Parts: sequence; C-alpha cells; structure tokens
Amino acid sequence: MKRRDFLNTLALGAGIVLPLGSHAWAATGTGESPTRKKLVVVMLRGAVDGLNVVAPVGDENYLRLRPGIGLASPGMENGALDLDGYFGLHPALASLQPLWQQKKLAFVHASGSPDGTRSHFDAQDYMESATPGRKSTPDGWMNRLVATLPGTTTPSRLLGIGPVMPRILAGQAAAVNLPNVASATRADILDRPAIGAAFDQLYANHPRFGRAYDDGRKAHREVMMAAAETPQMQAADRGAPLPNGFPDDAARLATLMRNDPKIQMAFVALGGWDTHVGQGAGTGQLANRLAPLGQGLAVLAERLGTLFDDTVIVVMSEFGRTARENGTGGTDHGHGNAMWVLGGKVNGGRVYGDWQGLEDAALNEGRDLPVTTDFRSVLAQLAERHLLLSDRQLGQVFPAMPQKGPSFKVV
Amino acid sequence: MTKRLLLALLAAASAVAPALHAAPLPAGQQAVHVLNRLAFGPRPGDVERVQRMGVQRYIDEQLHPETIPMPAELGARLDALETVKRSAGTALGDYIELRKEVRNEEEGAKQRRRIEQGRATREEAEARLVRAVESPRQLEEVMVDFWYNHFNVFAGKGVDRALVASYERDAIRPHVLGSFRELLGATAKHPAMLFYLDNVVSSTPRPNAKGRAQGLNENYARELMELHTLGVDGGYSQRDVTELARMLTGWTYDQRRLVRQDETFRFDAGRHDKGTKTWLGHEIAPSGQAEGEYALDVLAMHPATARHLSFQLAQYFVSDAPPPALVERMAQAWLASQGDIRTVLKTMFSSAEFMDDAALGAKFKTPYQFVVSAARASSAPLANVGPLVNTMSQLGMPLYGCQTPDGYKNTQEAWLNPDALTRRIAFATSLAQGRLPLATKPVLAPPPPAPMMQNLAGSDASPAMFMPPPPSPPPPPVPVDPARLQATLAGALSPATLDTVARHPDNLHAAMLLGSPDFMQH
Repeated sequence: MKRRDFLNTLALGAGIVLPLGSHAWAATGTGESPTRKKLVVVMLRGAVDGLNVVAPVGDENYLRLRPGIGLASPGMENGALDLDGYFGLHPALASLQPLWQQKKLAFVHASGSPDGTRSHFDAQDYMESATPGRKSTPDGWMNRLVATLPGTTTPSRLLGIGPVMPRILAGQAAAVNLPNVASATRADILDRPAIGAAFDQLYANHPRFGRAYDDGRKAHREVMMAAAETPQMQAADRGAPLPNGFPDDAARLATLMRNDPKIQMAFVALGGWDTHVGQGAGTGQLANRLAPLGQGLAVLAERLGTLFDDTVIVVMSEFGRTARENGTGGTDHGHGNAMWVLGGKVNGGRVYGDWQGLEDAALNEGRDLPVTTDFRSVLAQLAERHLLLSDRQLGQVFPAMPQKGPSFKVV
Repeated sequence: MTKRLLLALLAAASAVAPALHAAPLPAGQQAVHVLNRLAFGPRPGDVERVQRMGVQRYIDEQLHPETIPMPAELGARLDALETVKRSAGTALGDYIELRKEVRNEEEGAKQRRRIEQGRATREEAEARLVRAVESPRQLEEVMVDFWYNHFNVFAGKGVDRALVASYERDAIRPHVLGSFRELLGATAKHPAMLFYLDNVVSSTPRPNAKGRAQGLNENYARELMELHTLGVDGGYSQRDVTELARMLTGWTYDQRRLVRQDETFRFDAGRHDKGTKTWLGHEIAPSGQAEGEYALDVLAMHPATARHLSFQLAQYFVSDAPPPALVERMAQAWLASQGDIRTVLKTMFSSAEFMDDAALGAKFKTPYQFVVSAARASSAPLANVGPLVNTMSQLGMPLYGCQTPDGYKNTQEAWLNPDALTRRIAFATSLAQGRLPLATKPVLAPPPPAPMMQNLAGSDASPAMFMPPPPSPPPPPVPVDPARLQATLAGALSPATLDTVARHPDNLHAAMLLGSPDFMQH
C-alpha cells in the first residue's frame, strides 16, 4: 500500500470513528497532539525581486541584464553569498547563512502562479485563495487548511500578524489577525469584569458580529496566557532588544508558539517590496528591507528551539520582477519568483526548481522568469508531507490544481 | 458547533431575505440612512433636522456644498493650520531644508526636523478630521475620503510627506463632485502622484543621462489603467501598459522649479519618447504632451471606467456587493454626463436600491468611518485629534498611511476581524468615559523615535506625532451624556441593544451604545 493511500484510509477511518473530528488525533495511535506540526507563512506584498534574493550570479547574462543593480560575485565587496556555485544569496540576508549551511533552508526558484497577471492585487488574491484566475473563491487556503485538519480549532490556532485581516485567513474556521504581537499581549479595557460582562451580553448570539466578538475575546485570553515568558526563556533570549517590526514580532510569535501548543499556524504580511526606482544592489533600498526580514526569520528559527524541527516556514511573494533593470534603477512587475522554505526537517541547502537560465529566449514574454513550478504544488507538498494531509484533504485546500507534483521533495 | 452552524445559517438567511423582499425604507428611517451614508453619521439634533427639512432637500443640498455656509469658528480653526496652507513648493522647500540640515549634522537638526514634521503631520490630520467631524458639508468630506483613497498617495514615501497636503487641497478637493476628467488630470499632474508612482523619473531610454531618469518606468501607467480608470479586467494588455508609459514619458516636475516658483508640473520634451505608439488598438501619432492628455480623455470616458467607478461608488455607498442593475444605470449616467460625478451620485441616491430596506445598516464601517462617526455622535470636544489618529493606525487604517496605490478597501470582509472588533469597543469605551485626551491641545514635542507603523522598515511614515497631554494635572474625565447620545442615535439602535443597555448601570450606557453592534454598521 502506498503511503498516500494508507493515509487516506486512515483519515476515512478516523472520520467514521469520530464524526466531529474533535479528537481525531487519538485515532492515529501515536497520542500526538493534532497541532504539533506548525506552519508559518510570510507574504512579501509588493513583489520582492527574487532575482536579487537568490541571484543567478553564475549566469553570464545576469550582469548584462542588470548592470546597475546586479549583485557582485561572491567574495567581492557587498557581493552575493555563495549558495551552490551558481546562485548567490543577497548579502543583506547573511543572518540566514547558518540555516543554509545546516541544510534547514531551501529555495524553489522560477516558481509562482500560473496566472499571468501583473497586478499586485489580483496576484496576491490568487496566491491567498490558491485559485489563480478565479476571483469568486470566498476563502483563503490557510483557513481551508486549518478547517480540514483534525483537532479542535481554537481562535488562536490560526493567527495573522499584519495591519489588516488578510484574504488568506478568511473563511469558515476561526482566525484572528493582530496588528502586532506586542500590543495583543497587553490587557485591554474589556478585561475589566464589569465592562467585559456588559459587552458579552450585548454581543451574545448577535447574528452578524457575535462570532467575531467571541473569537476576539477568546483569542485575546489565549494570547495573553501564551505571552508570559518564563525566567529560563528570558535567559535564553539573552534579553537582547530587537528592532520594531518583523524581528520583534517573530521573537514574540516564537514565544506564543512555544507556550501554547494549540497555536499551529501563523501568517505574517510584510510590505514595501515594490522597487520600481533605485532599488540598489548589495546595499540600498532592497537590502534595507531584506535585512530585518532575514534577522526576523533567524530569530524565529532560533527561539522556536526544538519546535523548529516541527515547523515549516514559507516565504512567498505575488510575482517576481523583470529580469532587466528598468530605466530608473529598479525593476517592474514580472512573473516567476523564488519561494523560501525553512524548517528543522526541510531538505535544505539546495535551490530547487526547473531553472531555464537568463538567455533572452528563456525569458517569459521576453521580460521575466517563467513559472516552471506552480506555487500550489510546493504548498501542497508541504501540506502532504509535513502536515500529513490526505489526497482528499489536499483537494479541498488546493482545488483544481494540476495533478503533477514537483519532481523534488522540499521536506 | 451545531449552534454556531445554526447561527451561520440564520445570518446567511437574514442577509438574503431583504433582497427577496425589497421594500423602500419607511420615511422615519430615511433620515438616519442618508446621515449614515452622505455624512459620517448623525450629530446631536441631525436626525430631527433632516426630517424637518426633508430627505430629498438634504440630499440636494449636500450635492451642492457651496450653498451650505461654513461655520465661522470652523473656518478660523482651519485657517490657523499654517503648515496645511503652504503651497506644494513651499512645503517641499521646508522639507528639503530640514533634510539638508540633518545631513550636514547641524546642531539640533534632528530634533528640529522631528518637531517641524510632527507639526505638519498633526496639522494635516487635524485639517482632515476636524472637517470630517464638524463640516456641515458632509458629503464633500465623504467624497474627499472616497477620492483620496481612490487616487491614493502614501505620505510615507520620501518627499510625499511634504506634498500630500497640497495634493488633497489642490488636486482632490476641488473636484470631488465635479468632472472626473479634471480630477484625473489634476492627480496625474500633481507632484505627489508623479513622485509616488515614479512617473517623475520615467523617460525614453537615455543611458548616459545624469540622475535616475535614464529610461522607462511603467509603474504609473499600469496603476492609471488598473486602479484609477479601466479596472483590472478593463481589457488592456502588458503591451498597452508599456505603450501608455511611453506616451506619458516627460510628464514630470523639476524639483528646483517646484521649490522656487511653485511649478508643480512640467512636460520635459527631452524625456519624451517621440516614436509612434499602439495603445488600446489605436495607432498614436507622436504629439508630445498631447499624447498623455489624449490618453486621459479616452480613459475618463471609457465604458470600462464608467462601470469600474460606478461599481466602486455603489460599493462605498450602497452595499459590499452592489446590485448590478444599479451599477449599470450609474455607468450609463456617467457616459451620458461625460463623467460628471454629481450626476452619477444623484442617480445613485435617487435609486430604489439606495433607499431600500436591504441597504439600511448594510455597510460595516471602516475604521475611519467608525472613529469619525463616534466623534460626531458623542459631540466630544476635539482640541486634539491625536487619539482618533492613533486609533485608526491601531485598526490598520493609518491616515495618509496606505502604502499601496489601491487605497483602503471598504468592505466588511476587509475590516471585520475579531481582534479589531474588540479594539473598536475599547476605543468606544474610552471615548464614552471621557478618558481620551481629546479636549487637551497637544504640546509641540518630538515624537517618540520608535516608528508606529510596524512592518514598514525604512519608511518615515510614522504618524506618531501625537504626544500624550502634559503629565501635570490631567483634566477630570468628562463622560459622554448617555441620554443625549441615545437620542442622537435613535433609529439606528435595535430594540435588543436598547434592552440590554437599559439593564446595565447608567455609567456604562454611553460606552455600550458606541461599542454596540448597531454602531459598527451604517
């Protein structure tokens, strides 16, 4: 019996024995919590320039296409950090180099959405609904994913961090979005008993807002509880203050995930990657945005501790940018990009994907990277191999995706 | 689980039901409805006033703001906001001067810059919010919110910090009820937009030119069609984007001339691509600046633009999924009136769909609408708009702080989320209890160095220019009068809410009303 079929049978069996699925994990026989395997998705809104994140510095066309913004070769001043002799990592991501060397970081290059739109907003929408080309999908794939997983879903099982509720979290399952983790861990006015009780009554069973209110109250309590740092943790963190923004959120997210095993998935949105003008090369605008991202990811990996072995972190962006630099020291909207995958059990230290080079004939529409790996096939592989989804469940989370999976195994 | 499912089904059923049994709003509720949509909700006495004058007259009056006198007090207050009155050139000159002083590491320059920019940011917010709360020309303020957002410029991008005040005053405000073509042209030629979407540096290829403008940049051309006019499904291709970008090469401004003589727009023939273009299926003969003007003419009157903009207006004013027949009638009015915004609005306001039972309370307030409507309903003193500004930031809608050119959404899906809902309630409670320092004029002081806006590494958008009131004796809290508030909101409060509120102590009433489910919608 193939493993996949075996899992199918198992999922069906679990479904029959425990129709509500609330303790379906017991059926796996391992006694393992259904929320043990973690997934963190970081979305770089605005289309990060993947060709300068994982730069094909070994390609003779690279600097021809990018004379002003291309990264210098490894070993040169502000040069790329060598990955595999052909690709080089942006030097602002030096904090991720140890993870690469430990083979806990991989990239999938020339990946992305099969839909050819170069609209940020449509492309982000498609990446969050995981239904490229279809705008009517009502929910996001992370919400469908959490809904399909066994175990009880508490409001903080699926957490968002970012300015607004993202499309990827929308749907039937409870999900809570926090503007930043620090502010969510402080007591608020509803924690005063008389005030909390008054609003509880006002919102009880309210058809339009009752559920959101209830989830908000519960999530707040859960996050407050989970935010408490033990003295041992503080010692481990060495009390080093982190810059505001992603590094701080990442560190606090790690604390929440370590303290509350029910928190299983997180989504973080980071903006500011739409570098049409003066994006710089080894230093400059893009470098200034990459540095805190790399630092935050490294901090998240470190502070998750042993939990990092049970975690996969994916970094993705709606599309890539033009292979050629434009007339203003930047890059315009493109197509294929690089996905980043981090985790203790990731088959890292490799750049995956069907890479076709940078010759003019290899470029999509003569201007950007073709998409040779559908982003959904990478996500589906993670969902299958890391979160142990069955084919049936995969079909619910990623409907109408091509049957052919990638030829490589990222985890 | 079962109960939740049942509730979801009930909610779904109740959402569908009104559409099946469309019924015009009873006269008593029409006044509340127009105050919620043409205005940022009622202030004390507004519902009675609109009922007395008649709903139709109120709508007509709001469509002609020039006929509504501005209160002298409000005029004087706006007039005192010196930084907001600066021309684009003066504001930019001041900005550059401070930046130079910081670069030269002059004594105290950083502190000076923080204070000066903090003051400008605070005054911009004050000008916008005091008008939104207090202006009797409410529809004009609603349309400023709509159009600024439609033609969004992010204040955190470089020199746009200095230019957004002029952008709103000179490019947006004069046209909010006028000609769309003029509005479109004013935004296209304003330095704030030219800088924000990079057309300022777009050029025909000139590899040896000094500075950044050595070649084509298609950023503005794409968003002009995708967001400002045709819409993403408006039937254009990547080729059309590139060709439109070529037509718009040379549309720029010269920083020195802007600062010295307030020249806000310049067509630089040296940067213009003089070749023939093929755009939207037409061959465009070379004609310099006229190519761009022609493109704006075509785009403003394009049927796809009429539909896209009509949909957006109907979504803002009627419901998240506006009735297609209404959108179509509005689009027809758009084309028949040559894109006259007032005519399109009139078509919408006089429609059965707008004045329908199903539309009442159908919209979930954006953070901006929630905060402004709470300030209006509570009639709180507004010497300091800082707490309103900070709340909008916390709720994910910082004023002038939308980073991307699509602007903020206005749908329930975008804004209803569990954590944000409890934050709204917290704001409502503080406001009702008189605990927000709204009555205390803020002191001029440097803002804290930590950026307010997370996730915007490298941006100087920090709207955190609002200091708490001085630490010396805090004024005693003045709670909102619950009876007056309840009278103001009468007609928009459900019996269930009124009943629950009545069962609680008086000192919680105002908080419960402003934080009620009924006040989250409009």
